[in-house]
Amino acid sequence: MHLYALPLIFAMTGLALYVVLGGADFGAGIWQLTAGAGEDAGRLRDHAHDAMAPVWEANHVWLIFVLTVVWTAYPTAFGSIASTLSVPLFIAAIGIILRGVTYALRSGISTAKEKRTVDGVFAISSLLTPFALGAAAGGIASRRVPVGNAAGHLFSSWLNPTSIMIGALAVVVSAYLAAVYLSADAVRLGDSWLERQFRARALIAGSIAGAIAIGGLFVLHGDAYSLYSRLVSAPGLIALIGSASAGLLTLALVGRHRYESARYSAALAVAAIIAGWALAQQPVLLPGLTIARAAAPHETLVLVVVAVLAGAAILFPSLALLYGLLLRGRFDPSTEFPPPPPGSGGAVLSASTPGLLARFACGCLIAGTGLLTIADSAEAHAVGVLCLLAFIVLGFGAMQPTEIVSAGGEDR
Amino acid sequence: VGSLVGIASLSATPVHQAYLLQARQMQALSFSVHIPLVCFGIAFPAMVLFVEWRYLRTGDELYLMLARRWSKVLVALFAVGVITGTILSFEMGLLWPNFTATFGSVFGLGFAIEGFSFFMEAIFIGIYVYGWGRLSPRAHFASGVPVVIAGFTGSLMVIAVNAWMNHPSGFRLRGLHVVDIHPLAALFGNRYLWHELIHMYLAGYIVAGFLVAAPYALGRLKGRWGRYERTAFAIPLTIAALAAPVQVLVGDWAARDVATTQPIKLAAIEGLYKTTRGAPEHLLGWYTGDQVKYGIAIPHALSLLAFHSWNAEVRGLESVPASDRPPVNVVRLAFQTMVGIGTLLAVLGIIYLVVRVRRKRLPESLWFFRAVVVAGPASLVALVAGWVTTEVGRQPWVVYGVMHTSQAVTGAGGVPVGYATLVVVYLGVLVAVAWILRRLARAPLRPQGSAPSTIITGG
Repeated sequence: MHLYALPLIFAMTGLALYVVLGGADFGAGIWQLTAGAGEDAGRLRDHAHDAMAPVWEANHVWLIFVLTVVWTAYPTAFGSIASTLSVPLFIAAIGIILRGVTYALRSGISTAKEKRTVDGVFAISSLLTPFALGAAAGGIASRRVPVGNAAGHLFSSWLNPTSIMIGALAVVVSAYLAAVYLSADAVRLGDSWLERQFRARALIAGSIAGAIAIGGLFVLHGDAYSLYSRLVSAPGLIALIGSASAGLLTLALVGRHRYESARYSAALAVAAIIAGWALAQQPVLLPGLTIARAAAPHETLVLVVVAVLAGAAILFPSLALLYGLLLRGRFDPSTEFPPPPPGSGGAVLSASTPGLLARFACGCLIAGTGLLTIADSAEAHAVGVLCLLAFIVLGFGAMQPTEIVSAGGEDR
Repeated sequence: VGSLVGIASLSATPVHQAYLLQARQMQALSFSVHIPLVCFGIAFPAMVLFVEWRYLRTGDELYLMLARRWSKVLVALFAVGVITGTILSFEMGLLWPNFTATFGSVFGLGFAIEGFSFFMEAIFIGIYVYGWGRLSPRAHFASGVPVVIAGFTGSLMVIAVNAWMNHPSGFRLRGLHVVDIHPLAALFGNRYLWHELIHMYLAGYIVAGFLVAAPYALGRLKGRWGRYERTAFAIPLTIAALAAPVQVLVGDWAARDVATTQPIKLAAIEGLYKTTRGAPEHLLGWYTGDQVKYGIAIPHALSLLAFHSWNAEVRGLESVPASDRPPVNVVRLAFQTMVGIGTLLAVLGIIYLVVRVRRKRLPESLWFFRAVVVAGPASLVALVAGWVTTEVGRQPWVVYGVMHTSQAVTGAGGVPVGYATLVVVYLGVLVAVAWILRRLARAPLRPQGSAPSTIITGG
């Protein structure tokens, strides 16, 4: 294992997590699109939305993680990919905007018509983004992204058999993952009708995903032979077999209503495809550019690895907390309890404190102004800035904004 | 440095991009849409948490109602901030691939760390907003704290990258190659970082403070002025009123730092063509024919403000070739807009503080409330004008003195198509945000326990 490959492993792990977690968000949107009309469709759509709403932002950040790691550790490759594949990436970006806005809007809708409009936009963008991102990945996998500023073809780099196949696979896999997760959530909510609905969808989408994956091998054989040949020999083949078995296991688990285990095997099946792609393509990143040559200088790589590991030490416990609350049903409807009885009611500050705070605040303001504006050394400026920030905080305490309003007069 | 190329062969053949200006405008648009949301990301969680803390201390249900209503606004604005921020990171590659390809290994670390701040914000906003009434009160309050911290660390990282673009260091150029890269020195060993960070962080509190206060001031003018409205008005306004005067001092510090690190930006801000000792400062006016016309000149003021010296020499635009000068009037107008509005906001803040201290009550004059209604959008204008000053003032460089923006731009076609699409989409976003904020504001006030049912069942 070389240092230069480590950030790429992080990025591919991030990509796998984005597909497994973020993909399910998109998939939930796709099920909103296919839900149809009527009251039952409304139930399907609400379930698909409610299950994802608390986590979609966190899931989305994996994409940002992948982008930042790649442009820091493999800047030339990033510049080449982003410029040649600018069209699908822009389409994906537009889809991401529309989805985010509809998430924001849904908390304010009140009529069925508004809801249909918002859900419609949401669903279409849920289709657009995974397809565009998958098509972009297909362009890289089929060696259509040369090194250089927009050196590849603006359209054929992502409108080609491999890209279309991977784009379609991304859409179906997203739908499949979402259906599995939503079945599990329906069981937790004790809603057997929803469970049946999403179970059927999981079985159908899973079968289609499997079919596309198998058919995809023929597409790769014709369109990207070098990738194909390395996929069907070790170690790519191991990942491929791993993915196929995990996929079959998932179908079996869903068939037996064991959705919690199916969550993990479905995710594993998808992650294995990404691992297979990475194994089949290494050590080449782009045509003529190996991972080793694309990598940033040593110091940058060390810092990226340290930053990611340190970040992960904070991130994973936080994610565990979020998903723990979600999967234990703590965010479900009907779990809310009434607010606790009033607290101590004690005064926060004694009567004399505001005056004292105000004097301290004034002192900080005078000291800060002198040190920042009149003194001329960096140290004085640093202390001056801290004094001024302290002025704001102490001043806020002294001003007692929540006390003064009750002194303002009667409620009107 | 004229013909800089990427680390590898990315820009060995320089690209011709007919639509450089459109690419810059597209970037500016994306930025202007995102940056107000950043202010809310920085400052609004702290306000919501303060209100919740008051509830925990007093048990007064009014605070609970206010905190819950504000947190609905918070999550809606955060969602829009997530996507507009994502667009900015896409544009690092879509519009400026050669900038990223050449210098990604120098500045990219800042964004990688920022990514983790973003994670923390997203995770804990999810827990905070969906955890109302579902976590113990203390745990719920605690879940909001990481959001406030991540708001700070996130802006620290992004500003570190921007400060590096304005005052690059931490690498050397050997011929056409970027070598000797030290990302930590580049990002955090940079004096330019500190004034920019503090200036932006305060701006976040000022903009969010005045913008949150403004609708309640409008409500006051329409006769809605119960204890709920007064509380919701006083908290953000007190923060903004304290921060706005301080911002004048911090802005002055920033200008002095720019004077030493980016003399040509200062010359553009002031419309100073000739290198001058004891340079005057011009208020208003228009830069034409290498001088400021129709402006009010204050003798020696520029030397005094920028270098604290009556006769200090200030470099003029003439000291660099015409092709290395930023568009003077854009930068001047933006700067004067920012300073003008910033000063008025500081005055408004001081008036509020004086009334508060002397009369021990909120101001009662209707003119004061009209001024606060205007101060909300005005603070937004000042914010964007400030960023125009620093970003357009850096032109024609993307990395000051090292890489021209024209060397950074994509070679891909279709920039105008992308620009037009983004304009349309962002107009839609604007309408959507206005709609959701109105809708949230109109939801009837009601005691808690039953509150934001839309959050629970619908959103």
